[in-house]
Amino acid sequence: MSLLSVRDLRVEFSTPDGIVKAVDGISFDVNQGETLAIVGESGSGKSVSNLAYMGLLPKGKTKISGSVILQTQNGPVDLIGLEPDAIRKIRGKDIAMIFQDPMSALHPFYSIGDQLIEAHQAHNDVAKEVSRARAVELLSLVGVADAQERLRAYPHQFSGGMRQRVMIAMALMNNPSVLIADEPTTALDVTVQAQILKLIADLQKQFKMAVILITHDLGVVAGAADRVNVMYAGKLVESAGVDELYAKPKMPYTVGLLGSVPRMDRPHEDRLTAIPGQPPSLMKLSAGCAFAPRCSRKGEVPGNKCETTSPELIEISSGHLSRCHLYEGKTK
Amino acid sequence: MSGLLAYVSRRLAVTFLILLAVSFAVYLIFAFLPFDPASLTCGKNCNDPGIIEANRVRLGYDKPFYEQYWIFLVGLFAGRNYGEGAAAIHCAAPSFGYSFQQHACVTDLLGDALPVTLALAIGALVLWLVLGIGLGVLSARFRGRFLDTASTIFVLIGTSLPTFLTGLMLIIFVVIKWHILPFPAGGYKSPFEDPLGWLNMMILPWITLAFAYAALYTRFVRSQVIETSTEDFIRTARAKGLSERVILGKHTLRAALAPIATMAGLDFAGLMGGAILTEAVFNLPGLGRLSLGAVLDYDLPIIVATTLLAAAIVVFMNLVLDLVYAFIDPRVRV
Repeated sequence: MSLLSVRDLRVEFSTPDGIVKAVDGISFDVNQGETLAIVGESGSGKSVSNLAYMGLLPKGKTKISGSVILQTQNGPVDLIGLEPDAIRKIRGKDIAMIFQDPMSALHPFYSIGDQLIEAHQAHNDVAKEVSRARAVELLSLVGVADAQERLRAYPHQFSGGMRQRVMIAMALMNNPSVLIADEPTTALDVTVQAQILKLIADLQKQFKMAVILITHDLGVVAGAADRVNVMYAGKLVESAGVDELYAKPKMPYTVGLLGSVPRMDRPHEDRLTAIPGQPPSLMKLSAGCAFAPRCSRKGEVPGNKCETTSPELIEISSGHLSRCHLYEGKTK
Repeated sequence: MSGLLAYVSRRLAVTFLILLAVSFAVYLIFAFLPFDPASLTCGKNCNDPGIIEANRVRLGYDKPFYEQYWIFLVGLFAGRNYGEGAAAIHCAAPSFGYSFQQHACVTDLLGDALPVTLALAIGALVLWLVLGIGLGVLSARFRGRFLDTASTIFVLIGTSLPTFLTGLMLIIFVVIKWHILPFPAGGYKSPFEDPLGWLNMMILPWITLAFAYAALYTRFVRSQVIETSTEDFIRTARAKGLSERVILGKHTLRAALAPIATMAGLDFAGLMGGAILTEAVFNLPGLGRLSLGAVLDYDLPIIVATTLLAAAIVVFMNLVLDLVYAFIDPRVRV
């Protein structure tokens, strides 16, 4: 049984201009100790899908359906439709999150000690000293020197990389089983990025966590992930093990994404290829494949099918799912 | 801590220089007004040149401008005598001059008026902060719901009604028609001698002033809270699993209210210059009424003094605000 099991998750926003299907029926599983990368462009739904089942989307104009089953110490729980107070008890305890910009994600007016201790106190009925000791322990663990002293420091007194370390320490305060890292390295220098990714990987082993790594950086994915989900226009378009995906991408969008990344193992005379066009408006999706207007291979599918019929997600080889008419009937 | 002390003393020195410049500017303006201060001293219908010239010498208006200013400055620190011998009038330091209209040292007049305005401003400040922050937070929390709409109406009325109208309506209804409060007869009462009488005097002026300011603050607090609640660190707080009460009461408010401290400080300083209309409507002998009377009577020494006092309060309040702000926001601390 997988640790986190997402089935047919849909997120719709009602806006003055109509309904936006930000996430359009995605399903995936995450196992203990596994790193799942979710990649896609801005607006593909990669962040929203995770914020949705965490109950972190603004209420009122958001409609969420589907099921997200999390295995907790008290048995399986469906996160969708939980009462606000029940999901609150899971947030930061069973599932923790770190975000893109560690400067704005930490409260500027409170010392980091205060913020770390608070995260522990929210889920544990213990004396503050216990939480403080835990904070010191985790700060040291993520590589902040003089942890005891640094508890009194404020976020602005840390560098970007150090702040992200503090965020990671804060996320791990309650020993979560799932860590959602939403673009954790995007706001950091390249050299610091590698350190942070290594830190996350090390801690993942130590804490036996599953990590959901949301990113648009395929370079990050290659080094860090076990499995990769590629999202486009709110749908999962390809899912495979990381080696399989990089070696044999199937869906033309994935191929395009990989082609746009500079690689050390390719002759440097090769030009990077860009995907023409723009991601579609989520409000005016056609009946066909959302990627069809930008797809260079739609001509290979007979009968204009790409424009008229939305392809299904099919398993084209073991553990490799793709949503493309090109591979229909060629399974396994 | 020694850094703080150095900072404060540096700021105080600058404050002193600013006040010196302000006093010079104010003095300059009044020295070149097309009035003869000496002839004003003997009343509007006085034209006995003997008295005028005698007063001119007594008040030092016969001396050149820069000398008058110097004497004024010295008087601030050492006190000042008007005239000589037995008929001399002594105004102790800090002497802001002598009002011939009221036949009193200006400093004494200020001393009487300042506590009234201070009481008015502090009471109103407390009231409007409680009301403004409370309503603002509630309407942000229940955005688009009934409470929010109701507070919008309150804001509209509060910002539209001028204080003299609010004040008069309060007097007419609360005191005269409905007899909720007794009519505040007699002059201003000291809170130490007659606390109930004092309260009875001050409560309507407080409400009048607070009503106007609370409306503005409700709007401001509401937008601050809404804006702050979209910050990333609020999402972090929520992701940590904190309760909505802690998120709003601790994380959102601390960040949202920081600019409100600045606003409240400056509004308070502005009121200390004299809430002229409110004081006039409720017949409170505060700084506002003192200035108003002085302007109508061309009582130059009082005008110079109240202007200077208002400037001093604003400058001093800015210093206080900077210190308060450093307390609220660690990023400002040195």
